[in-house]
Amino acid sequence: MKLKTAMLLTTGAVIAVPALVLAEGHMSDSMTLVSWGGAYQTSQIRAYSDPYQEMNPGVEVIWDESSNEAVSRLRAMNEAGNVTWDLVDVEAADAIRLCDEGLAMEIDHDEVLAPAPDGTPASEDFGDLLVSDCFIPQIVFSTTFGYRTDQVPEGVAAPTGACDVFDLETYPGRRGLNRQPIANMEWALLCSGVAYEDVYDTLETEEGIAQAFAMLDTIKDETIWWSSAAEAIQLLADGEVFMASSFNGRLFSAIEEQGQPIGMAWDWQMFDIDGWVIPEGLPEDRLARVMDFLHFATDTQRLADQALYISYGPARASSAPLVGNHADLDIPMAPHMPTEPANAENTFVNNYEWWADYRDDLDSRFQAWLAQ
Amino acid sequence: MTDAAAGMGRAASDARKLDAVATGPMLAADGRPLKASLNRALRAQKLRALALIAPLLLFILVTFIAPIADMLFRSVENQIVSETLPRTVIALEDWQETSQLPGEDAYAALAYDFMEAAERREHTRVGSRLNYETTGMSSLFRQSGRGIDDVGEIYADQFVALNPAWEEPATWVALMASERWQAEAAETETDTALPRFELAPGIADVLPETADAYRSFARTIMSEDEDDPRAEEPWNTVYLALYRDLLAGTGGYDGPQAALLNEAATAVPVFEAVSVQAQFADINEDWADTEVWETIEAFSDPYTAGYFLAAIDMQLTPDGIEAQPEEQQIYILLFQRTIFMSLMITFSCILLGYPIAYLLSNLPMRTSNLLLILVLLPFWTSLLVRTSAWKVLLQQEGVINDILVWIGLVADDARLQLINNQLGTIIAMTHILLPFMILPLYSVMKTIPPSYVRAAKSLGATDWTAFWRVYFPQSVPGIGAGCILVFILAIGYYITPELVGGRTGTFISNRIAFHISSSLNWGLAAALGSILLALVLALYWLYDRIVGIDNVKLG
Repeated sequence: MKLKTAMLLTTGAVIAVPALVLAEGHMSDSMTLVSWGGAYQTSQIRAYSDPYQEMNPGVEVIWDESSNEAVSRLRAMNEAGNVTWDLVDVEAADAIRLCDEGLAMEIDHDEVLAPAPDGTPASEDFGDLLVSDCFIPQIVFSTTFGYRTDQVPEGVAAPTGACDVFDLETYPGRRGLNRQPIANMEWALLCSGVAYEDVYDTLETEEGIAQAFAMLDTIKDETIWWSSAAEAIQLLADGEVFMASSFNGRLFSAIEEQGQPIGMAWDWQMFDIDGWVIPEGLPEDRLARVMDFLHFATDTQRLADQALYISYGPARASSAPLVGNHADLDIPMAPHMPTEPANAENTFVNNYEWWADYRDDLDSRFQAWLAQ
Repeated sequence: MTDAAAGMGRAASDARKLDAVATGPMLAADGRPLKASLNRALRAQKLRALALIAPLLLFILVTFIAPIADMLFRSVENQIVSETLPRTVIALEDWQETSQLPGEDAYAALAYDFMEAAERREHTRVGSRLNYETTGMSSLFRQSGRGIDDVGEIYADQFVALNPAWEEPATWVALMASERWQAEAAETETDTALPRFELAPGIADVLPETADAYRSFARTIMSEDEDDPRAEEPWNTVYLALYRDLLAGTGGYDGPQAALLNEAATAVPVFEAVSVQAQFADINEDWADTEVWETIEAFSDPYTAGYFLAAIDMQLTPDGIEAQPEEQQIYILLFQRTIFMSLMITFSCILLGYPIAYLLSNLPMRTSNLLLILVLLPFWTSLLVRTSAWKVLLQQEGVINDILVWIGLVADDARLQLINNQLGTIIAMTHILLPFMILPLYSVMKTIPPSYVRAAKSLGATDWTAFWRVYFPQSVPGIGAGCILVFILAIGYYITPELVGGRTGTFISNRIAFHISSSLNWGLAAALGSILLALVLALYWLYDRIVGIDNVKLG
């Protein structure tokens, strides 16, 4: 593996076309990509793998929809010594976990990924989003709120964000929230008056945790706790809840593609990153193919292309100006992006390192709190 | 065995004894004792029978028993700490005064272990493992993996400043490697793997820590990076080891590089020194916290009861076993809930299934076959589809509530909560598991001759008496089989409770699934699974004692 990257380095002059370097008959003819299914995977197929296959007609791309169990499957494959996946789409938190467990391959981003069109190295183009040495970001998405536009009480302004969830007086009705502590704990603190920069410090103290749970207690019985983001959309679409948290892309497709009476409440949306990891222990020929694909599929244009099909922001800074109109609906995508300034007045970023430490502890507390 | 039978058995064996005493063992035609000869014939038969089932046995062993045993074994296995940090674990054995930080030796041992682990990328796995026990270990280990390179750098610089030869890989190879290894390595062609590194004889007596650290360095870079120790400057931790060894003297060493070594030995006492503890505290101040060391010490054994304790809301602390803080106790509650709800589900299955099975077995063949298909139809539908259908029916804006509001039974603003709670789980799972109750009941009821009930009635029994005294006792084996099937299936269910259980209707299996697929705490998942298995076996045993397992019939 190191040998390969070293080879890439020595031929650094042609780093923009490593396909040529590696194509010396050592590349596997097929690869298995793993993603989340649904509209998101479709956007990846249309933006990444279809054009790649056009360029490389002999290559077979197999798509798997197992990302939600990627961590455990990769561990099982690794223990069995038979890794059948070549590239896996995971959330940043899972990428860190996989990297820690030695299940994902560490890469040098500047060697493997294409620079921006103006020559900015990949590591600068992705910037802070490179949260792990194993992780190649693709999109920025956010967990935010949707509400039923037809259930807003008369004479009241529509809800604008997370804190309206806790305001049962103004906005009566039930809520849908994720059945895990991440994001919920932060929202509870932010909306009970803790300043943004103190949130994680507060959550490290017993009083802070108690304060968050006290805030969540006010809506505990009015809340349906979902475990998959699709459930949240179903709850909204059926009118089961007035407000629910979900991924902004899912909300977008419910609103724009299915015409549901749902509005977006962006305030205090939580940014999260999704991207690729390469499983550890791939044979040389498959690794070469994956590297070649990765170089293509994460360049500036391809990331911008993906935003034509789904309302997630491209992870490269250089892709943002290239985002155009939705490919099928022909509406401008920029206003639906979590990164659009009008939507991003108050935001916070999932603090992966912090959660890597506190997740085990807080999760058991959260589940105990839920069960009581 | 009745008394009479026992008496007869005793009499027979007495007679045999008498026989044997009188005439010796009975012989077969070939002169062997008859018993042995019979046994031999039987053994051949048994072997043949075994050979016939051997493929199945092997299949079950390999695909079923072995994986389950392997998974359950993880509930006590904890080798990762002692395998990744072996020197530290040994050094901590002498650490009694847990209110104080361990000594320099333990910190040095940690430095050697950690450097090797970081190079092998194993340190973060230990961090994740220990983070299950103490919050913060994960990032402590991840961060320290980045900073460990600096431990010992201060000594490396001073050795090199003293004599630039210390920077040369060749110096180190000459000092540390055995002549045989050097010769073999010299003959190895480029691009092929070097022979396994070997220390020079005797060097470990003179410079014990250095020899150990250098061997760890040489072997690790060869296996991990395919690097050559003859071309690589050792890690800074090797210089740390050298410094510590030389402070203790060289013991009159006169092997290769003796002059260089003696020069260094006279120089080290005046080296600028920084304790290893301080160097670790520099990477992360938590290393100067006894809690971190207590955690490593508490989980240094290759086997641990920690997972099982966690699975019953207890924890292993340096002071012994304690209950978890109340706000974190969850598993006992979930076990109780799982058993209670599984019993409720089993009971509702009997209530609903019994009349249906009775109807099925008493109708003419043609009608009953049609009804049986209706029973089986949902059985052939995907589990997810059925569960989602219940969502559509039961939710507050769902079909049932709509109808109730339309009839006027409930007010529009007081719709019933039928789902996302225990009731939802019980309703959906009763429906899903109902065929497992109906089918054994049906097959048992089919075999009950209708003439018995007719006879009872003709002898004057009322309908109820005829049913309760004559028919029902004969159907009990069917109930038994149905109950066992439904209960055991219910206790391990997780998809349906996850989807319709809300916060009060989830099962222990939902937590097991979470630990398997999300938190990767497979040890805890295995412990929870083992307890669940033990519970099922215990209930089965109880059932055998109360009802009797002979009293179970599937048809």
